[in-house]
Amino acid sequence: MAMAWKSICKQSDLVAGAGVAAMVNGEQVALFYVPESEHQVFAIGNWDPLGKANVLSRGLVAHLQDKWVVASPLYKQHFELTSGQCLEETVSVPHFQAKLENEQVYLLLP
Amino acid sequence: MTSTVSFLTTKPHLVVIGNGMVGHHFVEQLIEQSGHQVFDISVFGEESYLAYDRVHLSEYFTGKGAADLAMTDGRLYDEHGIRYFTNSLVTEIDRAEHRLVLQNGETVPYDKLILATGSYPFVPPIPGHQRDNAFVYRTLDDLDAIRECANKVTRGTVVGGGLLGLEAANALKNLGLETSVVEFAPRLMPVQLDDKGGSVLKGMIEGLGVKVYTDTATKEIVAGDDAFHRMNFADGTHLETDLILFSAGIRPQDALARQSGLDIGERGGISVNNHCLTSDDHIYAIGECALWENRIFGLVAPGYAMAKAAVGHLLGHAGVTFMGADMSTKLKLLGCDVGSVGDAHAQSQGCKVFVYQDEISQSYRKMVVSEDGKKLLGAVLVGDNSYYDTLLQYYLNAIDLPDQAQSLILPTMDGAPAALGVDALPATASICSCHNVSKQDIHDAVCNGALSVADVKGTTKAGTGCGGCAALLKKVVDNELLALGVEVSTDICEHFAYTRQDLYNLVKVEEIKSFDALLHKHGKGHGCEICKPAIGSILASVWNDYVLKKEHISLQDTNDRFLANMQKDGTYSIVPRIPGGEITPDRLIVLGQVAKEYGLYTKVTGGQRIDLFGATLPQLPEIWGKLIKAGFETGQAYGKSLRTVKSCVGSTWCRYGVNDSMTMAIDLENRYKGLRSPHKIKFAVSGCTRECAEAQSKDIGVIATEGGWNLYVCGNGGMKPRHGDLFATDLDDATLVKYIDRVLMFYTKTADRLQRTSVWMDGLEGGLDYLKSVVIDDKLGLCAELEARMQHVVDTFQCEWKTTLEDEDALQTFRQFVNHDGDDNNVVFVEERDQMRPATALEKQQLIAKVG
Repeated sequence: MAMAWKSICKQSDLVAGAGVAAMVNGEQVALFYVPESEHQVFAIGNWDPLGKANVLSRGLVAHLQDKWVVASPLYKQHFELTSGQCLEETVSVPHFQAKLENEQVYLLLP
Repeated sequence: MTSTVSFLTTKPHLVVIGNGMVGHHFVEQLIEQSGHQVFDISVFGEESYLAYDRVHLSEYFTGKGAADLAMTDGRLYDEHGIRYFTNSLVTEIDRAEHRLVLQNGETVPYDKLILATGSYPFVPPIPGHQRDNAFVYRTLDDLDAIRECANKVTRGTVVGGGLLGLEAANALKNLGLETSVVEFAPRLMPVQLDDKGGSVLKGMIEGLGVKVYTDTATKEIVAGDDAFHRMNFADGTHLETDLILFSAGIRPQDALARQSGLDIGERGGISVNNHCLTSDDHIYAIGECALWENRIFGLVAPGYAMAKAAVGHLLGHAGVTFMGADMSTKLKLLGCDVGSVGDAHAQSQGCKVFVYQDEISQSYRKMVVSEDGKKLLGAVLVGDNSYYDTLLQYYLNAIDLPDQAQSLILPTMDGAPAALGVDALPATASICSCHNVSKQDIHDAVCNGALSVADVKGTTKAGTGCGGCAALLKKVVDNELLALGVEVSTDICEHFAYTRQDLYNLVKVEEIKSFDALLHKHGKGHGCEICKPAIGSILASVWNDYVLKKEHISLQDTNDRFLANMQKDGTYSIVPRIPGGEITPDRLIVLGQVAKEYGLYTKVTGGQRIDLFGATLPQLPEIWGKLIKAGFETGQAYGKSLRTVKSCVGSTWCRYGVNDSMTMAIDLENRYKGLRSPHKIKFAVSGCTRECAEAQSKDIGVIATEGGWNLYVCGNGGMKPRHGDLFATDLDDATLVKYIDRVLMFYTKTADRLQRTSVWMDGLEGGLDYLKSVVIDDKLGLCAELEARMQHVVDTFQCEWKTTLEDEDALQTFRQFVNHDGDDNNVVFVEERDQMRPATALEKQQLIAKVG
């Protein structure tokens, strides 16, 4: 299926250094704005498969051994922001390509 | 108290007479070595209480109750099928028939008998010693009688200036009496101290307002002119006093042994051998009633060692014998340090002596060394016991003294005495003499996985007796951990090679106001979920900024981030502040109305507040708008900060209250409500010693007394309960607040990340005494700064929710979705007991199935 960049929200909806939640095609997505990173914005699923709640957007953003991660606000497992991979357990969450353009946030979606 | 275990059994019957500390320890040891499977065991105690901690008896007057001092509530005995009888005096041993006769006439057969009858206070046969208002100081019943009398009178006198006498004088002073001590010998503590030491101690004690008469013999006690008693002294002078307490030494309680014809020493005491066996093969004697090589041991540690020897012999374990015991001792009497090691009186052949005396700060130290100057034989310390541990180790382990041996008692310029490195101690060095734990035992415990002081205490019992070895124990454990290669890295995380305490100081000294500035200057990388909240908390402690400010918002952990407590389903609970648990009906109604409007689950918390569960992110500001309008403030239940000040109604309502605990609780809660600290902090204030608010299990506990307030610090409920330590007594309101300011700020300044006050205290080198010296004596010269810092926090308090409601940017972040108005469809509630609760995974599936 053809992928296309879709505008999700304004850059001003984001919180620098932290996450917000967005609804994308009926699924919850966690968007992170990390100004000092190369990517600037990251997007992964908002569902925490270990804590079993839609909370990853509310976790703390951390930089561990050269990886940008979010620590789940429930039980503190780390999920990598580029791949959605959990560092402690063999689970992962969906990840999306994201970009900032003209003060808009875009995700690459089918 | 009497157990209900049946006498019908085929095992040999072992009877213990006496349920004091040593009798109880014997039973504990027997159980530990499965002796209860070999013997059928009965315990007879004369007192109405089961064994209690007589070493800390004085604390009965400073807030501790009988239950606090109790060494068992009977459960240990019940669980192991051991019968126990309190209020049961044994009056006769019939050795021919192997049976005991009780005071009530019943007889009890025995196969083996343990005499742990202890000692009784010696009352000199002065004419008039049997008058009313004359007491001894040995049992809880004695203390009850003393307290009752002391409540009615103003002057008290202790006859006897030894260790126990001074302890008793302290008790009388705590009871508010004008206190005097009368000692027959020319100096105080004649057994432990030399003349100089005794006179320095006398000066210190007199400085505290206690009159001391040494070299004074009491001729008779008669009715007084302006007091109840008049004590006429041999030199023709006299002393008028209302209450007399005899504490002139102890005598072994050997009446039963005498009656039954066991061998008794010339001056009393039941003769025993190295197995603690008496002249009858079926009878053992242990503790203060036993005489070993013509010596009575009036301390608890030798008693415990005797108990162990007797258990070993009973169970046929060879090699566990009693070989005498070291009588070195250190204690705090009336607030004065006193220590005595080995040959304090320099009586050894050819010994030499070093003496150091400082008349300005009132301290005196003496070392007795061997003729060749190589070994320490004894020591006397008055005024500063920080030298004791090192001296004791040199003495006990016969370690060669260093070249400049006198340095061991000389003050060093930086204030700390030269300590003996724990490396230098041999493996056999006794670290805890109460439980006879050696350095080797600790090494073994650490090797077997005990990786902290608390773990080592748990497995070896070291440090759980008198507690005198706490500082040494910590050093040994740390040393063992290092030796094992367990890295005791104190770096907070990979981004900052500093401890929390270092970071706190950097923030303060360099006036750093943001995480980015600190990271740029002292860190590397970009931070993580460890350093971000820790530094967020430090910034808040020092500068007290609004935590959701743009530069701080990404530092906040789960609950601080949205100023509410996240629950398992991602919804939040809300806890408004209810200072002291006092709430008007109108405000209570508002809470009910808000909960009803938003369908929140409602529960009363352990901290006397009301918790409203199940609010979604966007509901938080709406709900807080209503609560603030009704006059509520944030309860900061989400923060590492002051939670609640639990209280009772105190003297306002209660028949027993002695002070207004309610007002004090509210004032304290309002004073400290904004403080961000390394971990959460809980307070409680009780209006009397009944302690209904459970203040001794709190970080800061305050208990009303007749004389003001007693302050307890560093207690904890939770995972590892710890009773608070009594920090200061009979404080007025202003001093109480001053001390709490200092303790809390010192904690905030020096504790590790997420370290509760209890663990902080356990880790403080020097422990409670050190904290007292910092907070009360201002040893570090910090008090003014600590108070100023706290005042800054108090002055800059803001209700974070009020600020948030006025901040459009912050409010934006409470949206469920940035691009959508719906709710989180994973948040599903079901009803239980007329309220809602989160649905379980299974219930969710069933609900979805129904809808689908």
